[in-house]
Amino acid sequence: MPLRPVPPQRLVRLARLRRVRDRMDRDYAEPLDVEALARDVHMSAGHLSREFRLAYGESPYSYLMTRRIERAMGLLLRGDLNVTEVCFRVGCSSLGTFSLRFTELVGIPPGAFRALARREWAGIPPCVAKQVTRPIRRGPGPRS
Amino acid sequence: MTTMDITIHTTSLPHVDPEASLAFYRDTLGFEVRTDVGYGGMRWVTVGPPHQPSVSILLAPPASDPGLTDQERRTITEMMAKGTYGWILLATKDLDSTFEQLRASGAEVVQEPTDQPYGIRDCALRDPAGNLVRIQEVS
Repeated sequence: MPLRPVPPQRLVRLARLRRVRDRMDRDYAEPLDVEALARDVHMSAGHLSREFRLAYGESPYSYLMTRRIERAMGLLLRGDLNVTEVCFRVGCSSLGTFSLRFTELVGIPPGAFRALARREWAGIPPCVAKQVTRPIRRGPGPRS
Repeated sequence: MTTMDITIHTTSLPHVDPEASLAFYRDTLGFEVRTDVGYGGMRWVTVGPPHQPSVSILLAPPASDPGLTDQERRTITEMMAKGTYGWILLATKDLDSTFEQLRASGAEVVQEPTDQPYGIRDCALRDPAGNLVRIQEVS
């Protein structure tokens, strides 16, 4: 048994951050923003962002956008939706912000990714596509 | 080398509140309880699907190994609360109906059934101890 247990209040705070993070995974396609997420757990947006970054190494905004871009990559690979449709489908309200974050994470703009995916990766097994296309966050990411 | 005959017998997940974890695996997922052992204020419970009697999940107290340092115990406890420690991958033939039953029973949903670009369809839940429970559709 732990000799010096973690203070219960700290575990309560961490579990609350976990629920915020799970909500982003669950409801990424909804028009979520950090203010709304913070309100739901009775924190200010600034406080939530600081605590979340301390716990998970990136801001909640960065986490949410990474989730959305990851889903967008999957939808673009499918090929039946255009970039604007995909942008709104994953919960982004601004095509400009979506394209910028997509390019930062993936390395090429969403339109180019879609064209490349359709041209180059037709017929590549899904398990290989997963390894090639999985977005990886490098560095601390932009502050929000 | 002769051919091996090794099976997967038990895997373990940590619990915080054994009663809460037991209720989740028994009442929400429909697993049967196979053993339930208490010792020194700690509790070990094995559960598993009724139609898969040869494989069990051991719900175990975290960080009970006496060889861990205080710092390591703290880290494990905090990671469990953050939801970055334990996880398991389960499978079902009918993901959507399974998911609807789980959601109706009040399970904490992390991801609704989703077609992943890498070719699988899955959903995800959180168990009461913060472990991630992914469920994948199989044919």
